[in-house]
Amino acid sequence: MINKGKYGKYGGVYIPELLIPAIEELEEAFYKCKKDEKFNKELEEYYKEFAGRPTNLYYAKNLSKKVGCKIYLKREDMLHTGAHKINNTIGQGLLAKYMGKTRLIAETGAGQHGIATAVIGAKLGLDVDVYMGSKDVERQKLNVFRMKLSGAGVIPVDVGSKTLKDSINEAFRNWMSTVDNTHYLIGTTMGPHPYPEMVKYFQSVIGKEARKQILEKEGKLPDTIIACVGGGSNSMGIFSGFLDDIDVELIGVEGGGEGVETEKTGATISKGTDGILHGSLSKVLQSDEGQISEASSVSAGLDYPSVGPEHAYLDSINRAKYVPINNDEALEAFQELCKTEGIIPALESSHAVAYAIKYAKKAENKGKTIIVNLSGRGDKDMHIVSKELKVKT
Amino acid sequence: MSNKISYNELFNKKKINNEGVFIPFIVAGDPDYDTSLEIVKTLVNNGVDALEIGFPFSDPVADGKTVQDANFRALNGNMNIKKSMKFLEDIRKFTDIPIGLLLYYNLVYKYGIDEFYKKLSSIGVNGVLIADLPPEESDLVIESSKEYDINQIFIAAQSTTNERLKKLTKIASGFIYVVSVMGVTGARRNVENNTTTMIERLHNHTDTSLCVGFGISKPDHVKEVLEAGANGTIVGSAIINIIKDNLDDKNKMLDSIGTYVKQLKKATI
Repeated sequence: MINKGKYGKYGGVYIPELLIPAIEELEEAFYKCKKDEKFNKELEEYYKEFAGRPTNLYYAKNLSKKVGCKIYLKREDMLHTGAHKINNTIGQGLLAKYMGKTRLIAETGAGQHGIATAVIGAKLGLDVDVYMGSKDVERQKLNVFRMKLSGAGVIPVDVGSKTLKDSINEAFRNWMSTVDNTHYLIGTTMGPHPYPEMVKYFQSVIGKEARKQILEKEGKLPDTIIACVGGGSNSMGIFSGFLDDIDVELIGVEGGGEGVETEKTGATISKGTDGILHGSLSKVLQSDEGQISEASSVSAGLDYPSVGPEHAYLDSINRAKYVPINNDEALEAFQELCKTEGIIPALESSHAVAYAIKYAKKAENKGKTIIVNLSGRGDKDMHIVSKELKVKT
Repeated sequence: MSNKISYNELFNKKKINNEGVFIPFIVAGDPDYDTSLEIVKTLVNNGVDALEIGFPFSDPVADGKTVQDANFRALNGNMNIKKSMKFLEDIRKFTDIPIGLLLYYNLVYKYGIDEFYKKLSSIGVNGVLIADLPPEESDLVIESSKEYDINQIFIAAQSTTNERLKKLTKIASGFIYVVSVMGVTGARRNVENNTTTMIERLHNHTDTSLCVGFGISKPDHVKEVLEAGANGTIVGSAIINIIKDNLDDKNKMLDSIGTYVKQLKKATI
């Protein structure tokens, strides 16, 4: 291996021996393609023509006026399939094609990453199998249907907690015996090296665009970037454009669930401790002896008991700050953005919006320029929101 | 028992007698603490040469369904690290054969790497295999394993390149766990026919003994891998399947395990 992918003490390659060849092959291919002009040109073309990039940096005038800050929304919600996930699936899909793979596998919680993988598989002519916890299959029937429409197989995972973390285990298990023809398309900045670095690379388009756009619109850098953090791909994507601008404050918003002090939380950095899960050392929600806990959040995308290792690192060196937002705060922000701006955010992104509102209302932050990464749209969440608000549909 | 037989002593003795080593694997606390301990007694009473014991973990990514379920049965029965350590102590009371531990890195990391090896040493454990810790990330555990005189056991797979084998064989001790199939643990119908070539390749790299695991479930498999040049075999899932199939009848479970293990052991002679 050329590089063990360490971020301080975090990251690394904690995987069974049988996965080493897959990871080595992937690392080599990724570094090669990253430098390859033809690959990057094709990637850009897909971003533009298939996904619908660049996305707008939208000035949320009404909300800004209400809270006393200048709030811009990076409109990843406008992308094909409704979220930033497609940036990464296009990138890894093309990479798989360059590697001569004929099949993609992916994990999915609520189904968003599964759908983004299914459509790129359809587009590129690759077979797709999506591993999904059997509880999630039951909860997200429509998303299962959407994946199947694009020709993907959906494999219910009936072990352990029957949710996202188990579907990741199962995808790894499958990959051990199928690596010859299969690429495992991980949906976020977690996993063994090179995944955190690779997914960041494919999501960095968000930060690059946002930086250019804010300079065009404001003539200066923003004061603050706010993004939600589950595994951490949309946040790492936008943070990456501003990491070297040390005056730009970076804030990651975690799914607080029913409260960080309760068992039902997804706030991995706020509450978790150092541990090894799914191939890297990071912050993990776990028992004192190291058994992995189940995460909980109203938003499925923030419902993961670990987080990308680079986030754990940015937290440890105080380059980024991580804060929890609870379910009820997110639901309130969801409604607020619908009413003030006519934009329906994903429940994940609603966490970022909620913290932005909270932040803007603090006296010391008055008048600041803030970019909120609106990572996805809320159409997928209608059944959850209506249930939470006790509205009959 | 204050004395324990080392892996080297065991393998050397077997080599002289031209026999193979038979090592069963079970998960500590599957299906519950007491039954699990009785299972180990049954294994020892039926002549196994060494023991491979798993500590249950919530996310056993290298394991197939059989071993996964064993992990979950143990955890559901409130097995934890403290009890797992006690389990090893209890085993040491009645046998001096080598005890190897198989587990996932997070459990070692959370315990404290140095503390962990210190504890194993005080119990009289011989070796540790960490399923999700490749040689590349092993510097810290190697340091502690040396300090406390615990053998660090690694998996070598068909896919392990010669370049990586060099590094692996340099730090591995006790024995090398050879996996000739690509995939997770689990009983399989046939032994891969490339096992011979793989074992030859490994013997060319190292004098450390080789034990083949993953997929071994029949006396014929045991014979095949020993004929292919291995020094021993490890059988886990097939034994765990007997546990699973007899959860409501402990006597039958223990009898069946005894009979089964006797057959496999016979195939090593």
